[in-house]
Amino acid sequence: MSRGPLLFKDIDTPGLTGLDVYKKQGGYEAVASSVGKKTPDEVIEIVKASGLRGRGGAGFPTGLKWSFVPKQSPKARYIVCNADESEPGTFKDRELMELNPHLLIEGMILAGFAIGSHQGYIYLRGEFEYVQRILDKAIAEARAAGILGDNVMGSGYAFQLYTHLGAGAYICGEETALLSSLEGYRGQPRLKPPFPAVEGLYASPTVVNNVETLMAVPHIVKNGGAWYRQWGNEKSPGTKVFSVSGPVKRPGNYEVPLGYSMKSLIENECGGMRDGLKLKAIIPGGSSVPMLPAADLDTPLDYESMNAKGTFLGSGGVIVIDDKTCIVDALWNVTRFYQHESCGKCTPCREGTYWMSEVLERLENGTGRDADIDLLADVADNILGKSFCALGDAAAMPVQGALKHFRAEFEHHVKHKTCLVNRRREEVAGVRA
Amino acid sequence: MSHGTVMPVDGPATLEWSEKAKAEVADALSRYPVKRSAVLPVLWIAQREWGWLSPAAMRLVAGSVGLPESEVFGVATFYTMFNLVPVGRHHLQLCMTLSCSLMGADRLYKHLQKKLGVSHGETTKDGRYTLRKVECLAACGKGPCMQVGFDYHENLDEAKVDALLEKLK
Ligand SMILES: Cc1cc2nc3c(=O)[nH]c(=O)nc-3n(C[C@H](O)[C@H](O)[C@H](O)COP(=O)(O)O)c2cc1C
Ligand code: FES
Repeated sequence: MSRGPLLFKDIDTPGLTGLDVYKKQGGYEAVASSVGKKTPDEVIEIVKASGLRGRGGAGFPTGLKWSFVPKQSPKARYIVCNADESEPGTFKDRELMELNPHLLIEGMILAGFAIGSHQGYIYLRGEFEYVQRILDKAIAEARAAGILGDNVMGSGYAFQLYTHLGAGAYICGEETALLSSLEGYRGQPRLKPPFPAVEGLYASPTVVNNVETLMAVPHIVKNGGAWYRQWGNEKSPGTKVFSVSGPVKRPGNYEVPLGYSMKSLIENECGGMRDGLKLKAIIPGGSSVPMLPAADLDTPLDYESMNAKGTFLGSGGVIVIDDKTCIVDALWNVTRFYQHESCGKCTPCREGTYWMSEVLERLENGTGRDADIDLLADVADNILGKSFCALGDAAAMPVQGALKHFRAEFEHHVKHKTCLVNRRREEVAGVRA
Repeated sequence: MSHGTVMPVDGPATLEWSEKAKAEVADALSRYPVKRSAVLPVLWIAQREWGWLSPAAMRLVAGSVGLPESEVFGVATFYTMFNLVPVGRHHLQLCMTLSCSLMGADRLYKHLQKKLGVSHGETTKDGRYTLRKVECLAACGKGPCMQVGFDYHENLDEAKVDALLEKLK
């Protein structure tokens, strides 16, 4: 059975990681028909027309980003794939790369051609060592077949591609920190501007794109921008992979058209909640976006609809929280994550995430003070927009969302020194038994 | 990220690359226009060779990528997957982040603690297991999950963990 309209359509075909099967599915036709046949600008125009937006979290228009790279450059230009996939709740890039590595290679060749780059890197999080082996094998196969190298499919265009393994640091998903890491430094972010398109890897023009973004590119270049718009809506065209986790019956990756109903995703694709549990809250775009209450479940899964509800589509990591889970406890878990992952470079994020964790720990453990809720809101407010990079925002937004929709649970903790719902995470049994 | 305050731990006085590792280091260096970029790949090669990054290993890496030892130490201490102290034969890395936690990771951690008699960051006396709490492994739909070395183990519960530990001699 097909698991989605485009990227997941034929992804379960046996042997797809091999070049032969990939080619049988029309693989590398986009490279054959455009590299050296179209101009780089023509390729950029097709991607612009498709309306494709970055799937790494920010939703920035991909074609527009490519057009920022200087057409003439005395320095080498680079294309870098962000395969760090570190946002909690997100596990789509891992499955996409594991099952269809050649599609990513093809997307990188096309992106490289469009921006005038002859060298690309795929930056994988350290835990993806087995994914690196799958990609390296596919890259070697493509190189042997003349698809990568000095003369890509006889076009005269040269493109080299390498994988690069990180070593455990959430911050390396942030594009400038990723570039620092790729250069062999501690993975700390850099000031923007200059943006990577002007000064990125080795201070040269660089485009950083997410795995899913790059994988949409071959389909778009082959079939046209208008064709891609058969899915989604005007401002959010195309399809998106959503990673659903938490106590639903069938968690997993689902590719749906943008604008698809979140309610249908949970109730149909995921089979609804596990027996005996009700949905209480939902985090729609990875742990860094504000959560929504169950009442907002019917929000369409697209960038604008989520913004209208005060949250973000983000990475598409949909985390479902049930009625027996304490929101204060869940938020403490998330905040502790950002405290752990703060790179330590700037004060609002380094100190603020620590204090938010402290306050949440107090509240959860029944030693919270009357002023703690306001203190928590105040610290979050002092991080948002004031940190060096967006990791600070990622830590502050979940706090603001939880306080907005579930303030009563925090107040209960202060007043009664205990949870409103009487269950702690450590009591949750292995529900998978 | 980051290991917090780290003090260098004693290890072997000097180390040398094996022939195989030497070829891999050369290959890593060939992938980048700037030598320094190879520091993570070469640290990985060292960790695979010796299981952890001793001061001698970092010295060797520094020589290979042409950096001062202190720079390599600075980089290695930033990334949590580099072992700055020796670890057990099986490095159990249990995800504690929200999605896994909602599915029972906290209870599983207690189970492992009790069964092995060690806590976060500790190694069993026989050197068989090191237990570590880690953050989201991008396996959230199959939580609770644990990486043993680089191998993913998903959809875990107490019985599955027990069976797994039996197999990991
Ligand atoms: C703290 C933080 C973590 C991020 N993690 C990731 C990640 O794991 N994967 C990713 O593709 N983008 C991540 N991003 C977004 C990247 O900075 C960047 O916007 C993205 O890779 C651009 O690709 P796109 O335009 O194709 O989305 C993160 C951003 C921040 C601020
Ligand atoms: S939360 Fe455990 S793998 Fe993501």
